[in-house]
Amino acid sequence: MLEFVSTGLQLAVPLLLASLGEIYAERSGVMNLGVEGMMSAGALASFAITLKTGNPALGLLTAAIVGAALSLAHAFISVTLRGNQVVSGLALVMVGCGLSSLIGRGYVGTPLPMGSRRIPALLGQDLIFYVSVTLSGILWLVLFRTRAGIVIRSVGENPAVADSVGVNVHAIRYLCTAFGGLLAGAAGGYISTIHNGMWVDGITAGMGWIAIALVIFATWDPAKAVGGAVLFGIVESAGYSLQNFGISQWLLNSLPYALTIVVLVVASSRSVKRRIGAPAALGEPYFRE
Amino acid sequence: MELVRMEGIVKRFGSITADDHVDFDLMSGEIHALLGENGAGKTTLMRILAGEISPDEGKILIRGREVGMLNPKKAMDLGVGIVHQHFMLVEGFTVAENLILALEESLVGSLREVSSRIVEVSRAYGMNLNPNAVVADLSMGERQKVELLKVLCRDSEILILDEPTTVLTPDERRNLFSTLLRMKERGKGVVLITHRLEEIFQVADRVTVLRRGRVVDTRFVDEVSPSELAVMMIGRDLPRVVRPDPPSSNGVVLKVENLSSGRLRNVSLEVRRGEILGLAGISGNGQKELVESIVGLRKVSKGKIYLEGVDVTNMTPRRLYDMGVAYIPEDRVGEGIVPDMSIAENLALKFYRRMGSLLLDRRGIVEMASRLMESFDIKPKSPLLPAGNLSGGNVQRMVCARELSTEPKLLIAHNPTRGLDIAATSQVREMIVEQSKKGTAIFFVSEDLDELMNLSHRLAVMSSGEIVGVLNPREYDPERIGKMMAS
Repeated sequence: MLEFVSTGLQLAVPLLLASLGEIYAERSGVMNLGVEGMMSAGALASFAITLKTGNPALGLLTAAIVGAALSLAHAFISVTLRGNQVVSGLALVMVGCGLSSLIGRGYVGTPLPMGSRRIPALLGQDLIFYVSVTLSGILWLVLFRTRAGIVIRSVGENPAVADSVGVNVHAIRYLCTAFGGLLAGAAGGYISTIHNGMWVDGITAGMGWIAIALVIFATWDPAKAVGGAVLFGIVESAGYSLQNFGISQWLLNSLPYALTIVVLVVASSRSVKRRIGAPAALGEPYFRE
Repeated sequence: MELVRMEGIVKRFGSITADDHVDFDLMSGEIHALLGENGAGKTTLMRILAGEISPDEGKILIRGREVGMLNPKKAMDLGVGIVHQHFMLVEGFTVAENLILALEESLVGSLREVSSRIVEVSRAYGMNLNPNAVVADLSMGERQKVELLKVLCRDSEILILDEPTTVLTPDERRNLFSTLLRMKERGKGVVLITHRLEEIFQVADRVTVLRRGRVVDTRFVDEVSPSELAVMMIGRDLPRVVRPDPPSSNGVVLKVENLSSGRLRNVSLEVRRGEILGLAGISGNGQKELVESIVGLRKVSKGKIYLEGVDVTNMTPRRLYDMGVAYIPEDRVGEGIVPDMSIAENLALKFYRRMGSLLLDRRGIVEMASRLMESFDIKPKSPLLPAGNLSGGNVQRMVCARELSTEPKLLIAHNPTRGLDIAATSQVREMIVEQSKKGTAIFFVSEDLDELMNLSHRLAVMSSGEIVGVLNPREYDPERIGKMMAS
């Protein structure tokens, strides 16, 4: 039983990191549906670098950089070219997942040496778990208690107003989108390098999509994302554990997605969106007249 | 001291020249009014000064120094503060958060500082704002106070107010003007954009009149008369609208019988052929519900509506349109037009179904649009321009063109002249009177009592969802009507 909670907490880490990043991107008005793609690419980058150098920290760092680089492509399309953010995000998923499948073919089935996966741990959870939870606290403070947070939110709520007071709307959107990519890449790296330790095709297994649902579930609030990530993580790990009790594996595997769909359906109505505080200009490119 | 000098400013939007070699200057310690009709280029000029629009030609000097390319931040740093007609506030934020965004404050702890400063400054100007109120919950008057607070807290020396009084009650307007005078005493320069003559004589020192993007003249207010200004502004004397004699034939076109629905309580009325029936009342007393029930936008639960004797209660707007009902809605941009579609397409929104063919006859639509634009004086004469680019008066002329070109039996007009400049107002009134001469029954809802008394053959008065009386011209007396509206 304890193991199933512990696994759930571990699964919560990549979900939390990815959704924290997406919260920042969406708070600035940029919807990046490419989380799954950025995680995939990050997962491969981290795995390859760790395998080569034996240094998981270096692997995670590379993953973050790869994620950020991919997200900049999305930022370029949606902020500078004012393209459709949904289309661009979906394209990013295909690029990220496709590239990691292609390049990762040679790694399939290769395990990482045990030694290179070891990172400091406390009470059964590794360092990164604590870092992520602390990070969400910091991100909450920045978003709701600092001027920087007000600037970010204003860009997502009403970019024309932000522009009128001298905020560089495009720069803020680029920054927040890149930050989202950074965390998504790192989240992918965590899955391949720390959690799995072995490369398999499709390693992120839809976690990027769950992270996007988590953003809504958490009402764009980094603090609430912690609870959401833990809940989703435990639901996911329940999928593994309950198999022993004769419940269909397929049914259990579908649970996180079912939960995702429920969250998305409930949150998609306009009135609910307003009540739960969706950024008013989410997904809308900004033109200055 | 000269705060601002703008020389030879030119700004073009596509084929329209919004500002055509405009010169403007502002001294410290003066209120300089910028007067002109809708679309004369006032707002564009000031947005250029605030760095929100870059001019195509011309130069700007602030405190005697040429400033080159401006952007909003740079303009702000140079002391330019603008209060837009459409408020630049983040609705989901509190007053304090909006101020933090606008001001150069930093960091966590200062939220409390900002709050106390809001209370302090707003009290000093008699505004009384709660820093923790969410802007979405505030009235228009209160939102303007937040806007003013933004510039006041920033210590801007050059203040631009774009049509600030449109949303204010008379009391609030007096308060605003005394605030402006206090700013002036402290050596600030204030630009007051307006199209209301009386405001200029109440507060301004100088006035610059713009017409069609050009400066007509800049004058000291005490050396100019209101009628001179009016002529400068519109360039011709206004024809008076004369209410035609009531029609001789008495056929009833619209009949509303015991309508009760939502706020409406037992409303009955009749409009005859060629008659203008006015509806007076304080906004929010059921006028909107009544109008929307008649045009089919709102379900009626009790009562009947007849059009030439046929029961049309709860019919769809399209069937009502087919039966000859035309509608000029109150919210002309929100309900009257599709801003992203071209002028021609907007004009075709109703008649396209009568053109008969499966595919749209694009050339026919554009030709029809050009004809309507000519006869209804819609400017600029480019039928393919998005309708959202038109100024308020032109939008309303376009709505009138679309609605009246179908030769309706019944026209419902809801506040058709609100917010329009003098020339557009009188044009719209003329169109309505002309239409009644052609035999159309007109139900004319307005909040402008002079206008109602001037145009209506009979005048119904509404209060709390009830028709409290229907008056004949002999009985038109503002005081009496005022009492009825408040009953």
